[in-house]
Amino acid sequence: MPRFAVIVFPGTNCDFETVEAIRKAGGKAERVWYQESIRDYDGVVLPGGFSYADYLRAGAIAARQRIMEEVREFVEEGRPVLGICNGFQVLTESGILPGALRPNKIPRFICRWVYLKVVDTNTAFTRLYEPEEVIRMPIAHAEGNYYIDDPSKVRVVFQYSDEKGNITEDTNPNGSVLNIAGISNEKGNVLGMMPHPERASDRFLGSEDGLRVFRSMVEWVKR
Amino acid sequence: MKWRVRVLVRLKEGLNDPEGRVIGNALRNLGYKVEDLRVPKCFEFTLESERPEKEVEEMCKRLLANPLIHTWEYTIEPVK
Repeated sequence: MPRFAVIVFPGTNCDFETVEAIRKAGGKAERVWYQESIRDYDGVVLPGGFSYADYLRAGAIAARQRIMEEVREFVEEGRPVLGICNGFQVLTESGILPGALRPNKIPRFICRWVYLKVVDTNTAFTRLYEPEEVIRMPIAHAEGNYYIDDPSKVRVVFQYSDEKGNITEDTNPNGSVLNIAGISNEKGNVLGMMPHPERASDRFLGSEDGLRVFRSMVEWVKR
Repeated sequence: MKWRVRVLVRLKEGLNDPEGRVIGNALRNLGYKVEDLRVPKCFEFTLESERPEKEVEEMCKRLLANPLIHTWEYTIEPVK
């Protein structure tokens, strides 16, 4: 069974539910303290939270910890690397994914459900979605306003949309360029996303739409 | 008259600055011999005023700093 490391930095707080979601998706998952090694795992998840209390910039301090050198090896070797919310911020701060996550356009913490359009189903994390499928997940962040100088350089995976998949200014919760909610690297083995798939991985949470992110990742390792 | 103002607010010496400690540690992890890193706050703005020094001093006391734990300094230059 594929084994995944869920990295825990001081201030990470979505680790337990991320582990649960991976288990439900058919993988093994363990929380791994950032001072330990992740080399033996098949994939790695950087979960949400407030690593290092968001000091300096969200994700900036975690991005410069030694364990990120091992994460970089995963990136190079094609093993799956998933960054959720603060984990996405860590991936952009470390330069593994392009761009930056700025404070929300309206400067406050946003916590609500959004619709996402899956615009790339060829990544390790979206293979089980239908092309152009509209899914529902929660967001919870103060710094999710994705910025990139040249959007043509990014592989966009999720965009904030309405229920029907229309991508407009009204469906953009935080001011992100092109309504970007999640991006991938060129190889498709790294995904960073602001919405929380682990908080949409069981019917009693209000949606199961996020579970396929983890199922796709587990299947990708098994393939 | 218009002025360009820059205010720097610092924690008083001896007070714990956790953010400074975390950033200092991160720089040391990157191999730099950094000590005593502190994180002051800097504010830059344009101000229309006939008595800019008096008003900026007031701003520091009323909002930008907490006189109990902070010290502050500022520069005020006329806008050309």
